[in-house]
This record gives sequence, C-alpha cells and structure tokens, in this order.
Amino acid sequence: MKAAMTEGDAVITAYRCHGWTWLLGATVTEVLAELTGRIAGNVHGKGGSMHMYTKNFYGGNGIVGAQQPLGAGVALAMKYREQKNVCVTLYGDGAANQGQLFEATNMAKLWDLPVLFVCENNGFGMGTAVERSSASTEYYTRGDYVPGIWVDGMDILAVREATKWAKEYCDSGKGPLMMEMATYRYHGHSMSDPGTSYRTRDEIQEVRKTRDPITGFKDRIITSSLATEEELKAIDKEVRKEVDEALKIATSDGVLPPEALFTDIYHNTPAQEIRGATIDETIVQPYKTSADLLKAIGRA
Amino acid sequence: MALRKCGNLFVACLAGQSSRAASTMTVRDALNQAMDEEIKRDDRVFLLGEEVAQYDGAYKISKGLWKKHGDKRIIDTPITEMGFAGIAVGAAFAGLRPICEFMTFNFSMQAIDQIINSAAKTYYMSAGRVPVPIVFRGPNGAAAGVAAQHSQDYSAWYAHCPGLKVLTPYSAEDAKGLLKAAIRDDNPVVFLENEILYGQSFPVSDEVLSDDFVVPIGKAKIERSGDHVTIVSYSRGVEFALEAAKQLESIGVSAEVINLRSLRPFDFESIRQSVHKTHHLVSVETGWPFAGIGAEIAAQVMESDVFDQLDAPLLRVTGVDVPMPYAHSLEQAALPTTEHVVKAVKKSLNIQ
Repeated sequence: MKAAMTEGDAVITAYRCHGWTWLLGATVTEVLAELTGRIAGNVHGKGGSMHMYTKNFYGGNGIVGAQQPLGAGVALAMKYREQKNVCVTLYGDGAANQGQLFEATNMAKLWDLPVLFVCENNGFGMGTAVERSSASTEYYTRGDYVPGIWVDGMDILAVREATKWAKEYCDSGKGPLMMEMATYRYHGHSMSDPGTSYRTRDEIQEVRKTRDPITGFKDRIITSSLATEEELKAIDKEVRKEVDEALKIATSDGVLPPEALFTDIYHNTPAQEIRGATIDETIVQPYKTSADLLKAIGRA
Repeated sequence: MALRKCGNLFVACLAGQSSRAASTMTVRDALNQAMDEEIKRDDRVFLLGEEVAQYDGAYKISKGLWKKHGDKRIIDTPITEMGFAGIAVGAAFAGLRPICEFMTFNFSMQAIDQIINSAAKTYYMSAGRVPVPIVFRGPNGAAAGVAAQHSQDYSAWYAHCPGLKVLTPYSAEDAKGLLKAAIRDDNPVVFLENEILYGQSFPVSDEVLSDDFVVPIGKAKIERSGDHVTIVSYSRGVEFALEAAKQLESIGVSAEVINLRSLRPFDFESIRQSVHKTHHLVSVETGWPFAGIGAEIAAQVMESDVFDQLDAPLLRVTGVDVPMPYAHSLEQAALPTTEHVVKAVKKSLNIQ
C-alpha cells in the first residue's frame, strides 16, 4: 500500500499498528523499544504498543472503530487545504460493524472527503469468526452508496495496484472509496490469546503454506528472475541484523524518570499543579513536555 | 430663538448620555461575536454541528456566520454526534482548529469516547507529538420544560478528566473572552454554556467589544467583594449567588461571590484567598450533588490550610439528586434557588 502512496498522504489505523509506524518513518528500534516502554521508544514509553505516531501517521488507536471518523476528519483537513492527498483509514472485520463507520461514510460521501476506508478482513474479530459477527461478510459492499472493491490481501502486487487505483479515485475529488483486503491472522488476538481455541492448527498451517504473501511474492520474483535466492538471503540477513540491534536497545535502554508521569498534559500552557496519590504528593509539573524532560536528561 | 435653544439642549442631552451609557450585550451575541472574530482571524478555524449553518444555529448562537463565511467554514452535519465529533477531532489531529457544537451536551454522551479517548488523551499518549486544538461547545444543564434526558449537567463528568480544559462562562464578558481564549488554545476545550443565560444582557466595557479580547483560562473572577462569607459558583449558579448576595446585603451580611469561569484548570487559590478573609464558604451548582463540583471543592478545602481558616464547614447548594421531572412545579423543585443560597449562608454564619 505504501508504495502507492505519495507525499502528504496520511494513514490511521487501530491498535495493530507496529508495521505502519515503521513504514511511515519510525525505526525498528523506536517500535520495539516502545513495546518495552523505553526512552528509545517511539513515544518514549508514554503510549505503548497501541499508541505510536509519526508524521502523517495518526496512530495507533485503542478503541475499536474510533479511527473511522478520525480518518474522515484527517481527509476533511486535506480537502479544506485543497491537497491532492488521501487518508488511508484501516479497520478490521470486527470494527466493520461499528455504527461510527456508517456515520463516517455518510459524511465522507456527502462532503466528498478523500478518505480510503480499508477493511482488513483477517477472518476473526478476536475469537469470533466473521460468520458469527456479521450478517453480511461482504465488507467491501458495506459502504452502500460508497463504491467498494475486494482485494486479495495476500497478493502484494494486487494490493499495490488496487491502492494506486483507489488513490487516483479519491484524489480526483470523487469522494471516499472502500476496500476490503482479504487476509489472515496467524497469531491470536493478543499476547493473552493462543489463537487455537476457536480454530484448528491445521487451518493456520494451511494458510501459511499456500497463501503467505511474503513467501508467495518471493516465489514469484525468483521464478521471474527478478531476484536470486542469494540476493533475498542477503536482505534477510541484513534485516535480521537490524532487528537484533534494535532488540538489544529495546531490552537494555533505560526508562523515563518519574517526572515523565506529569509531562504532556497540555500544549503551550504554563506548568500545572497536578494532584498526586495523596495531597502531599501534589506537584507542579517539573517538565511540561517529554521533549523538555529528554533534553534535561541528555536524551534530546 | 427658543426653538434653537431647545435644539441645543437636545443635542447637549444626547452628548451627555452617550458618554455615560455603558454598552450591553447578550451572552448569545457575545458567543456569536467571539466565533465570528476568530473565524476571520485564523484560516484554520471552522464550526461544525447540527443546524449551525443554514438554520443560523438551533439557539441562534451562530446566526449570520454561514452567510458571512460560507460552506467551508460553517458546516451543517447530519444527526450523528459520534461521527461528526470524531471527524472534528481528526481534523484537529491534522492541524485545523474545529469548533464542534453539540446542540446540547446531553447529546455529547453519544460522542464521549471521541472527546475523552481521542481528544483528551492523545497529546499525552503521543508524548506531545499530536496536539488536539479543538473546542466542544454547547448548552449544558437544565433548560426549561425539557425533562430528564435533555437537562443533565455534565460539569463534573468533563472536569474529571485530565487532558481537557473545561470552561463555564456566566456573563457576556465571560462568554466572549473565554470562547476566544478556548479557540486560540492548543488543547481540547469543553465549553459549557447555559441555555437560560443565552438571552441575558450584561454590561460590557469597550475592551470587551474589541476583537482581541480574551479572558485567561484557569482564573476565577471576583464578581462581588465581601467580608463575611464566600459564595463560590460557576455558570448559572453565579446568578443565584449574586441575587443572594444582594438580599444578604439588606440584612447586613457582606458576601463575596467568586465566579470560577474555569473548572479545569481549577483556581483553588481564589477560594483560599477569599476564605482567609471571610472564614465561611458556600458552594452553588445546579448539577447533581454526588461527586459534583461542590464535592470536589469540599475535598480540596479539607486537604488544605483553608480547612483551618473555616469557622464552619463548607455547605453545598446543588440540584436535587433525581432525574429532571417534566411538570413545571416539580422541575422548579429539582433545582436550587436564591432562597437556598441565602439559607445556606445564614446556616454557615449561624444567624436567623
């Protein structure tokens, strides 16, 4: 998808945001160190797994569906400023039934907002298969009066071409579009979910064997002689190295000092008195922002 | 000759009048002027909400703005609060400065996830990367004859949340100065107006009429100086407090009336200074008592040196702890009156 996007396009998604954060400018270190809550993290440990941000990437949103109208709002700002850009607004099959999606698509269509609603249908909303959550599982049609296309989310080239086409559509002022990316979730919903109580291990392995997007693409470029095994192995090796180094920092870096509890309450506002766990621990913000605090501890 | 003398007298009278006359302004006009000026001043400011454009505003607060500023700056929305509040917050993420109107704050409950989880918390979660310069405004609290679902006071709910600023104007000066300040503020501001105050006229100085008039956020105003008792309130409650102060004056009690103006940040210092002088404290609000603003004032007083300054405990005047009934007599009985404030002051001072 990123390959089809241009400067100024924005993305907003739900809580499964680590890949997007990296794609939109963060380093691997920033992502991993945010998971471990360290200073080197994307937001230095203030947000965690679900709340990461970069320029033109608006998170990282924890409440299912909240990003749907938020994305339409970013698109409104783009239209307001007469930019030729789109806001890619992603959500899962679980979030596809949220009322606020329909509220957002209604206004997006009424006002011709350049928002690309993308449903990542991975077959499960937490432990609930789509057939048990949705009266209609044709998520690309749910936009009703907003046109929609179904895309094989496991085919990298299909995704790129569809996104390119969708972006052209939205850029031309025709308003919103809806895309459904058919994909699959290998792991459970979260760290607390083994992911096997509501489906079989065989099913997971089958998808991995036959539909995996990365191995599928790898096979295609090798058979088309666009790359050799060795070249790809070299990329793997380099990536592993980068990730290992990032992991080292993520597991060894320090955490923000206690003053960080009180930073980032208000923007451009004098330091506030903040009530502590008891009245005796009430404190005036020693640092108003994380940026100020980082500078003071030499991690600017 | 006599005619000319009359004419001169007439002109002299007019001249004398215009130099003495103060301007007055309704709260409605003050809010309208504030939005008009800020929309003119900053390209990024726009207003959205139900009926704000072509209808001129459900309560006529945005009257004339659409004709002046057009579709781009004044946007009519469908009746979808969660959706349009979320869109407004998203626009703020992307650097615009939306004013999101709720026809009443009762309907803000539909959108409250966007107000709290998307607007209030994002600056903190993003370690300052994403400021959210948005104003949520509209009438709050009891109106008249609209029953339980349309009469709730949300002051305590919103004042509870860090990351928000919560403002509660009383007078026209408050309305204009605080709304302009809210729009210029880079944080999410919940601006709680009051429908009954919309039509009320207040005297305003020339300064208030200027297009750069702002009132600082987080500072209370002493509406009336006094020595015997401090009456602290906000929004419509200030009206009861001032009425009570007038009545008390006739029996020799001098009441100091504090208009909080801002619930978050909260100006406790103004209460402290006043009680150091008066040693008696009464709070007035129209919302429900449990975990309300008066309850917060009581807690803060208990935990501070103000406790030692009191000659009597804080007494709260609040709305009655029931959903709002419809019948006029019942509705009146569900809300505090000036009488209640006078009684509370007398109890505090131990006088008949």
